[in-house]
Amino acid sequence: MIYKKDILEAERHGKQVRSIYVYEAPVRLWHWINAACMVVLAVTGYFIGKPLPTVPGEAAENFLMGYIRFAHFAAAYIFAVGLLGRVYWAIVGNHHAKQIFKLPITNGQWWSEVFFELRWYLFLEKTPKKYVGHNPMAQLMMFFFFTVLAVGMVFTGFALYSEGAGVGSWQDSLFGWVIPALGGSMQVHSLHRLGMWIMMTFVLVHVYAAIREDIMSRQSLISTMVSGWRMFKD
Amino acid sequence: MTETFYEVLRRQGITRRSFLKFCSLTATSLGLGSAAAPRIAHALENKPRTPVIWLHGLECTCCSESFIRSAHPLTKDVVLSMLSLDYDDTLMAAAGHQAEAIIEEVKKKYKGNYIVAVEGNPPLNEDGMFCIHGGRPFVEVLKETCADAKAIISWGACASYGCVQAAKPNPTRATPVHKVISGKPIINVPGCPPIAEVMTGVVTYMLTFDRIPELDRQGRPKMFYGQRIHDKCYRRGHFDAGQFAEAWDDEGSRKGYCLYKMGCKGPTTYNACSSMRWNGGVSWPVQSGHGCIGCSEEGFWDKGSFYDRVTSITPFGAESNADTIGKAAAGTVGAAIAAHAAVTALARARQKTGESTTEKQGEN
Repeated sequence: MIYKKDILEAERHGKQVRSIYVYEAPVRLWHWINAACMVVLAVTGYFIGKPLPTVPGEAAENFLMGYIRFAHFAAAYIFAVGLLGRVYWAIVGNHHAKQIFKLPITNGQWWSEVFFELRWYLFLEKTPKKYVGHNPMAQLMMFFFFTVLAVGMVFTGFALYSEGAGVGSWQDSLFGWVIPALGGSMQVHSLHRLGMWIMMTFVLVHVYAAIREDIMSRQSLISTMVSGWRMFKD
Repeated sequence: MTETFYEVLRRQGITRRSFLKFCSLTATSLGLGSAAAPRIAHALENKPRTPVIWLHGLECTCCSESFIRSAHPLTKDVVLSMLSLDYDDTLMAAAGHQAEAIIEEVKKKYKGNYIVAVEGNPPLNEDGMFCIHGGRPFVEVLKETCADAKAIISWGACASYGCVQAAKPNPTRATPVHKVISGKPIINVPGCPPIAEVMTGVVTYMLTFDRIPELDRQGRPKMFYGQRIHDKCYRRGHFDAGQFAEAWDDEGSRKGYCLYKMGCKGPTTYNACSSMRWNGGVSWPVQSGHGCIGCSEEGFWDKGSFYDRVTSITPFGAESNADTIGKAAAGTVGAAIAAHAAVTALARARQKTGESTTEKQGEN
């Protein structure tokens, strides 16, 4: 979708706006549901490790920790199912939907663009390049700090959940092996929490880069994740 | 012909009534239900006793101390009647060459049909010289003795995981039994020490049913290590409610609130303490007001403080916990973003000025 006033604004400066449909509806929907899940997961997860101050009254009348854990587990299920849905869409969706799942590491051109982007972020390049999907640098970040990390969080998360679900539960059958593999329950808790911090740090970078590029580069970013259309400003 | 368990029990003056009571109690403590009691009785009446060789490696004897305090069944019964404990250098009267000869004898006479119970572990550095058994490195004795065994029981955190002597930097290279012995069924019974009734329960199960109990991924008997302390903790209600002791002398502590914030490792520890308790069911750590330290978990000495829930991890040598690392990373990146944004704004402002100048020149 191109806003009329943007076109008029662009035309007034003698520039033209063209747009390409990048993010299909399922990808956009997933992005925002996923973002919401991550907020809930990080906040509740923080308070599971470091609980809120003691609540007064009888134990039977309170269920604070229970509700916090419920919210964490519910959001985790949505996050995991969303991730599965997103993998499915990477298979059936357009080629932009595949971007965060694979890196063209054998492509020399792609690598040179990664370094171009690095120089751009280090203020060594004056004019940014245009990209329809993620820029190569962003793709690299997304792959490691979202896709790989999210899979790691799902595996460690379900492994921890299996401890409560019990021996023989499907969570235990599928993910229970993670606990001895990583050196015990306490270690998995610590790594899962460290994963949360890395994910939140990535969110900081992600949001900043999106806002900055939206302003600085020659294409739209934030509105693209709402409308699906990438608009080029010149 | 070796005597059966029942014959030995009767010879010791135990009545049939007491014997059957013991069978029911054992069936119950193993979680097998009342139908198993006659089967246990039948097995004990007909089976010859299985000889057990109890070896001591690098350890503190807390496992033996725990074992001899078993109440159900009484260790007296286990040692003197049920189990033919042919060799245990801590408990037996014989010593020296005479004692060592017993190992050889059992190995020959009961080839492939005896159980080796190992307390402690073999250190491997310096050719095993850090633990000498009868003039030889313990690791050699262990390997030889296990060679013809039917099964091996690894008593305690030492034999199962390495425990304190294997804590970083593990100077003697103390190594758990299952990493030294292969090709034999090995039952890990971790804990520092394990609960007495868990130890006698495992032995009783193996002797009565002539097979090893069902094990989990880490080789622990599922019946005792299938759930966490937290899952059966009587203070769990306070955890779910969000009621915690926040200091050792606060109101919450006095009211018996959850010890999670005081670093209790119950949620990450698999053991039967919260259901079986200790010292014949008298009490257990959480009941006495101190959190679980996770002694039956692998490497519990190296998992940070006993009094923190978010404990330190040492991935790069430097010791810090997930929150410290996370906050530092998020803080650094946040500051970097702020600086980057400032530079961007400056650069853009400069560029704008430049652009407007050129635009104006263009208009002219």
